[in-house]
Amino acid sequence: MSSRIPGRPAGAWKGHAFVALCGAAAAIIVAMLAVILFDVVRSGWAGLGWQFLVSAPSEGMRGGGVGPAIFGTFALVLLMTIAVVPLGVLTAVYLFEYARPDSGFARAVNLAVSNLAGVPSIVFGLFGLGFFVRFVGGGIDRVFHGGELAWGKPSILWAALTLALLTLPVVIVTTGEALRAVPVAAREASFALGATKWQTISRVVLPQSLAGILTGAILAVSRGAGEVAPIMFTGAAYFLPKLPSRLTDQFMELGYHVYVLSTQSPDIEATKPILYSTVLVLLFLTFLLNATAIAIRARFRAALRPQDA
Amino acid sequence: MDAGAEATPVKVSARDLDVFYGATQALHGITLDARANRVTALIGPSGCGKSTFLRSINRMNDLIAGMRRQGTILLDGRDIHDPDVDVVDLRRRVGMVFQRSNPFPKSIYENVAYGPRIHGVSDRTTLDEIVRTTLEQAALWDEVKDRLGASALSLSGGQQQRLCIARALAVEPEVLLMDEPASALDPLATARIEELIHELKERYTILIVTHNMQQAARVSDTTAYFYMGRLVEMGPTAQIFTNPSKQETEDYITGRFG
Ligand SMILES: Nc1ncnc2c1ncn2[C@@H]1O[C@H](COP(=O)(O)OP(=O)(O)OP(=O)(O)O)[C@@H](O)[C@H]1O
Ligand SMILES: [Mg+2]
Repeated sequence: MSSRIPGRPAGAWKGHAFVALCGAAAAIIVAMLAVILFDVVRSGWAGLGWQFLVSAPSEGMRGGGVGPAIFGTFALVLLMTIAVVPLGVLTAVYLFEYARPDSGFARAVNLAVSNLAGVPSIVFGLFGLGFFVRFVGGGIDRVFHGGELAWGKPSILWAALTLALLTLPVVIVTTGEALRAVPVAAREASFALGATKWQTISRVVLPQSLAGILTGAILAVSRGAGEVAPIMFTGAAYFLPKLPSRLTDQFMELGYHVYVLSTQSPDIEATKPILYSTVLVLLFLTFLLNATAIAIRARFRAALRPQDA
Repeated sequence: MDAGAEATPVKVSARDLDVFYGATQALHGITLDARANRVTALIGPSGCGKSTFLRSINRMNDLIAGMRRQGTILLDGRDIHDPDVDVVDLRRRVGMVFQRSNPFPKSIYENVAYGPRIHGVSDRTTLDEIVRTTLEQAALWDEVKDRLGASALSLSGGQQQRLCIARALAVEPEVLLMDEPASALDPLATARIEELIHELKERYTILIVTHNMQQAARVSDTTAYFYMGRLVEMGPTAQIFTNPSKQETEDYITGRFG
């Protein structure tokens, strides 16, 4: 009976303490989210209404609604999606299907993608101002408009392209994951029938990656929809009497509107109720987009699950 | 055994074929003839190079990084590695059925129509016709004719494998490579596939890998025994199974092997 191994390890309490610590950390996060949500809903709910969602701000931001900002947000995000999805998908297809993984160019692109993801969003804003607005826009004006100001100023187009750059890594990474998840067996089946590489990618690999690509697009949208810094210098406006109708127009946007209401308005106390309602709308939109992404992912996963023989 | 003895033209012919994966050599100087309208069975212990040999015939091994080859394979007397041989065309002429059924996550119809489509058939009536006749050839038509639009993944394992056979037949190949086509199937489904092979050999040259000795004996006219990347012995199936000339072959067939 003189076992050298004690029945109960001496340091067992350490394990329990660790579990408790992890639990506490998780609880803090949940609590914080709950407090934020509660605060926003409590202060913002009353101001919400049909009128608030469609009308324009009035009385120096103390009245009215966020209609133009919602419109601007959708327009911005739509343009951004049109730019980022094809660019991201093509880059991912090149990286993961065509480039040899050890080639210098593939490594450079990979490095660029992972570094792009870590760049602070304000830097994207400054880059957008310098590159898209001044360089590209200004260049267009010099060449085609004899120096007259048309493209070389902040606009919804340049803001959308700046956001597209910011969200590009999300699309590339999720598309890459989706491409790699297509089983070798499916590719082999296609090649064995005499398909070319392009036919295999376009008819087998891409359709099977659709869920991943869609998820990436929606994650990019929900990431882009809340960003303020990149659009601050590239196209977002404080207040506009008119909705944007051309690519060169400026626009109002929800995230930027929150920023404006909380820091730039003449009477910050008086705008508070509207501020909270605006935040509520923004949060709701973001949650909705994330939930859509999760739902799509789950549906396609279930549909594509390989059936075993 | 049926007419396996009388000679038909040689369809596929390997000459001193060596295949390497990186530094390891998977095939050593394989020289083997497969005759038209005959079933050639490849048997041998796991890892002896049967799949490697099969995948060399339609050059599927070309897709594997680090694969190297010496020696030749002739299809109708022509070297399949000739620079002017189009690998796309080669793979259309040499169809393959894989060990694990791998239908596309598309409809039954689209699975069969995939091959003809990529080779330029777009006329709907022609496609309908191809889908029907190949599903009939693969003995699947009666089971699926009312639900061609259903997902191929909704079929049973045995049905999926027959669908893959139909898919391979739809591009009108001349040679059919089958890598353990029945290994994941129950006896009933296996029997159907074997029946199918009997019917298919009237029109195709078939090479089949199997671990099932009875199956090899039942379906094939010629049997080749591989061991450690070498072709040990090849001959009429009846002779290989009753009176092999090599002791190793006999040991393997009678189950006295390792
Ligand atoms: N892609 C690959 N890369 C490296 N080595 C490989 C590859 N495929 C096969 N091999 C090796 O080549 C040899 C032959 O493999 P092969 O798959 O042809 O055997 P097999 O006879 O089909 O076996 P099994 O009956 O288990 O399917 C084995 O030693 C295997 O490890
Ligand atoms: Mg094998």
